[in-house]
Amino acid sequence: MKNFGYTIQRDQSIDIDQNDRRIVNYLLSLEPSFNLCLGCGSCTGTCTAGHFVDFNIRRVHTLLRRGESKQLKTEMKKCMFCGKCQLVCPRGVNLRNLIITIQRAIEQIG
Amino acid sequence: MECQLGNQKPPLFLNFTEMKKRIIIIGGGIAGMTVAGALPSNEFDIILIEKEILPGGHVAKWDRLFPSRRPAKEVLDFVQKSMAKNVVIKTGSTITTIHRDQNLFTLHLNGEEPIVGDAVVLATGFDLFDARKKEEYGYGIYNNVITSEELEQIFHEGKKLTTSEGKTPQRIGIIHCVGSRDEKVGNLYCSKVCCVTGVKQAIEIKEMLPECEIFSFYMDLRMYDRNFEELYYEAQQKWGINFIRGRLSECAENPGHSLIIKTEDTLTGHPLKMTVDMIILLVGFVPSPETKRIARMLDLQTGQDGFLLSSDEHYNDNSTSVPGVFLTGAVKGPACIVNTIADARATALQIERFLITGISE
Ligand SMILES: Cc1cc2nc3c(=O)[nH]c(=O)nc-3n(C[C@H](O)[C@H](O)[C@H](O)COP(=O)(O)OP(=O)(O)OC[C@H]3O[C@@H](n4cnc5c(N)ncnc54)[C@H](O)[C@@H]3O)c2cc1C
Ligand code: SF4
Ligand code: SF4
Ligand code: SF4
Repeated sequence: MKNFGYTIQRDQSIDIDQNDRRIVNYLLSLEPSFNLCLGCGSCTGTCTAGHFVDFNIRRVHTLLRRGESKQLKTEMKKCMFCGKCQLVCPRGVNLRNLIITIQRAIEQIG
Repeated sequence: MECQLGNQKPPLFLNFTEMKKRIIIIGGGIAGMTVAGALPSNEFDIILIEKEILPGGHVAKWDRLFPSRRPAKEVLDFVQKSMAKNVVIKTGSTITTIHRDQNLFTLHLNGEEPIVGDAVVLATGFDLFDARKKEEYGYGIYNNVITSEELEQIFHEGKKLTTSEGKTPQRIGIIHCVGSRDEKVGNLYCSKVCCVTGVKQAIEIKEMLPECEIFSFYMDLRMYDRNFEELYYEAQQKWGINFIRGRLSECAENPGHSLIIKTEDTLTGHPLKMTVDMIILLVGFVPSPETKRIARMLDLQTGQDGFLLSSDEHYNDNSTSVPGVFLTGAVKGPACIVNTIADARATALQIERFLITGISE
């Protein structure tokens, strides 16, 4: 049969029904200030790592909230723990602790 | 037969030959002047105390008002004219102490005879957020960082907007929520009017400098009132203002005094940096230390945001826990002029009722 180059694409929408939100619930229990994020992007705007490599801490933690944790491990390796993101957050999200907790969660899940 | 108003009889002790009751209004901005104008001046002694040399408050500094862009002076003149000739206006007066004894209030002004009154209105308004507190935005450090108040002043004085080097700016950033919605500076609340002020000022810059590119950096655009959304629409359609959803993270100066600003363009999910010739900081409302001082002397309550608290946010938004003390205007938090005038008129009715019937709520 002629190959037209079409493949069946995986659904790209965020599927809250199917997504595994255990990580986010674990994070919220350990760092409740995560609930306060209003998605302003200040953390990403100031992030040291994000200006050199393709890394967006706001996007990573927003996706995590929706239960999207694909490539979380490689993404989180890009963070340099400088803590600048936390300094600018207008909602007082404890981003350093959040990032450390995400890393712990990744270790536990493997 | 006695005339009946519902179940309430009209007060029989209403007697105009008695000594007139005196109302002391502290603060001669839009709020205080509107209260003074709305009270029947033949029935009461009305004294308005203003700390500055001229009354008018913040509105006296504004050039044209959102959303219609009518001159602020028109509204100011209207409110000023509404006050009868026999309203006593004391300007340049600072209150040293104020206290309540029985049902009378005694105010001591700097170097003057004390004033005694039957009711006190706090119409002392607000202060603007001191932008130096947000050091990462560079106000007071870089010359091309100015506030919305300073921009209004430039418009008001009919000056041309230039950079600190005297050049015509090619690109300007307008920064929302400076000192508001920011727990780092201790202000969680939204200042309500800065979004629409920013849109208004963006249009006014374009009118003055058609070649200038304007970028607004916002978290949410709060176009809550009538004709605000339409102004935003006009800003996009007619003036091509760029709106970028991302809060300013930091600002630094380039050699040559242009500025480099950093944010995230949250709608594309990418960090964004750009060079601008100047930035305008939309500074928010903060409670004034003077108001806090007077509030302490009168034992008034403040909310978590530091603004004064009325007895009931719905039913008694002008009276306080202290009978005879009333609040009006921006002393209770961010408000536009329309709301301030309506609030001040409601205050006048409440005071009148209190002085006639003794009911403060
Ligand atoms: C940048 C900016 C632009 C704005 N533009 C608009 C607009 O276009 N349209 C609009 O509807 N609203 C606008 N506003 C809002 C508007 O300024 C307020 O609604 C208005 O000023 C509130 O009036 P007020 O009388 O309550 O307070 P204020 O204007 O703050 O007046 C308070 C007065 O009390 C006096 N006072 C303070 N303490 C004492 C004291 N201890 N003793 C004696 N006097 C005292 C002050 O000197 C002042 O005169 C703007 C606000 C900002 C920040
Ligand atoms: S701590 Fe990590 S995420 Fe935060 S600013 Fe530094 S590099 Fe970016
Ligand atoms: S700075 Fe704070 S509020 Fe803003 S996106 Fe980052 S975590 Fe959320
Ligand atoms: S009105 Fe707009 S700019 Fe002002 S604090 Fe609220 S959201 Fe921010």
